Amino acid sequence: MFGQAFRQPFKNAVLLLVWVWLLALVLVPNVLVVGTSLLTRDPVDFLTLPFTLENYQRLMDPLYVQVFLHSLYMAAVTTVLCLLIGYPFAWALAGVDKRWQTLLIFLLIVPFWTNSLVRTYAIKMLLAGNGLINSGLQSLGVIDQPLELLYTETAVIIGLVYLLLPFMILPLYAVFEDLKKELVMASHDLGAGRLPTFLHVIVPLTLPGVIAGVLLVFLPAMGMFYVADVLGGARNLLVGNVIKNQFLDARDWPFGAAASVLLTLAMAFLLLAHRFSRRRLGEEGA
Amino acid sequence: MTKTLLSIRGVAKAYQGRTVLDALDLDILDGEFLTLLGPSGCGKTTLLRLLGGFEQPDQGEITLAGESITALPPERRPLNTVFQHYALFPHMTVFDNVAYGLRMEKRPRDEIRQRVTEVLTLVQLQDFATRKPHQLSGGQQQRVAIARAVVKRPRLLLLDEPLSALDYKLRRSMQIELKRLQRELGIAFVFVTHDQEEALSMSDRVVVLKDGVIQQMGTPRELYERPANLFTARFIGEANLFPGRVTGLEAHHLMVEVLGLPRRLRRPAFAVSAGDAIQVLLRPEDIRVLEPSRDAGIPGVVIERNYKGSTLDSLIELESGQQVLASEFFDEDDPTFDYSLGERVRVSWVDGWEWVLPDDGKPVPEEGA
Repeated sequence: MFGQAFRQPFKNAVLLLVWVWLLALVLVPNVLVVGTSLLTRDPVDFLTLPFTLENYQRLMDPLYVQVFLHSLYMAAVTTVLCLLIGYPFAWALAGVDKRWQTLLIFLLIVPFWTNSLVRTYAIKMLLAGNGLINSGLQSLGVIDQPLELLYTETAVIIGLVYLLLPFMILPLYAVFEDLKKELVMASHDLGAGRLPTFLHVIVPLTLPGVIAGVLLVFLPAMGMFYVADVLGGARNLLVGNVIKNQFLDARDWPFGAAASVLLTLAMAFLLLAHRFSRRRLGEEGA
Repeated sequence: MTKTLLSIRGVAKAYQGRTVLDALDLDILDGEFLTLLGPSGCGKTTLLRLLGGFEQPDQGEITLAGESITALPPERRPLNTVFQHYALFPHMTVFDNVAYGLRMEKRPRDEIRQRVTEVLTLVQLQDFATRKPHQLSGGQQQRVAIARAVVKRPRLLLLDEPLSALDYKLRRSMQIELKRLQRELGIAFVFVTHDQEEALSMSDRVVVLKDGVIQQMGTPRELYERPANLFTARFIGEANLFPGRVTGLEAHHLMVEVLGLPRRLRRPAFAVSAGDAIQVLLRPEDIRVLEPSRDAGIPGVVIERNYKGSTLDSLIELESGQQVLASEFFDEDDPTFDYSLGERVRVSWVDGWEWVLPDDGKPVPEEGA
């Protein structure tokens, strides 16, 4: 066994690097967060003994439950909207000429070059009372008074959809790219019209992409506190805002850590669901 | 009782200005095994797609049993396709794959169960009903694809190079299996392939296509023994083509000069006059290899010998530089029959075994199309 280790020094070095990386940057921080969530708040040192479950109890407070549920709701609406826009978009994208596809995917990725906080402020400029949309509609005479767009739930959802849509489109594009045209042809050949083909062939075969896209949109949507900060005002908080406020404003690390653990658990639950659905679909060989 | 089942009239198709099929006419008879044969890009797959309804012709009409199906979408055509890569639904079991077409027809459950079981038994996969496609071998997937297509009892089955993904041995056994299925089901098969050997061994009739135009249509034997042109002659089987010139005409014979030797050949069906260039086709098994001392034939040198078990194939280079392939059966009376490389021989053939073709002026292509 050791002989083998000496014979493949490069392979072992790479593996070691991966293990160190995972231990130092994934396992240790998470253990620290879980540990913190079980400690007591200290006004000077941030943390102190004894161990307690009180932080988790406080999360059950109706105030926080409501924030959590509202956050869940906004993330869900964002995800559904991203799916409704992204699914046909990815389908069409996979259908266009290969030369154009590269360009279109490039355009899809270009916004990532700008910091998302900056882009959130750009959305704010559009939605503000004297912003582009309102002044445009006013000068066209469509409306007399500026619409109340900013600092609403709608504004937060617009921001989240705008920032997260590419994360829905890319995995969906990948499954539509893999979807063999012959399968759709075979379905028609066997007597299925457009709708039955969509329901029995296209949807089941693109489901892994749907689930991947949902995960990539839903989970970040719960945590993108700056979107809620910039566009949502005081009433439209995300779980991410609660966590951020506990750490930076209230200085209550244990409680913030408990909220983080809850969010991580929600994430883990969704990932498990994803794995389960993939196994059910079978390891599709070509 | 062979009546026309499907008829194609003046069908043309072009992609981006490039003609793929050019005013094609073809009749497919009820219950026949018809093969569309041609090199890649000849339009055979496009023709199959047009029949299946996946593409629309630019011109022309397709009628099935007297009714036009030109404008019908694939789901409303009473014919089914076996796709090149099988196109089995990966998320469904074998049973569900085969049942798919019947479920789309909204057949009662009992009938579906019975018909699926029946057809799976026909392709000897009755024990694999609960497997997923990825758990099957290539040959088994192939048979599921056939079962799925024939369970709908189509009038016509379209097969798009269905054996091309299989290895040689499996191919051979699937060829026999397909022939058996076609006999048992009694439905017409339209089989697309670029493999001329496959086409010859399986078909009742073969249609040779090139550049969207039918080169010849006939039984495998007609194509092999009496090719209509040089393309078919070279594409089907091995061909030795000797250039010649007509020197004189008789009522039923031609006087020609082939490779410098005068010969008297049967007069072909096409119009010829003295001075015309012709090509004389001889299959390798029609070639006679003679002792160098004989006063007949054309002298040459054996440059390659290939032991094939039942035959000895030898390649002989003539003095003109042309190479001739000869395929001789072993002679029971001559156990030492063989050639050594570099051996001098003479090449000839029995009068009447040749086939005369007009010379289309194109150079002889390299080996293998």
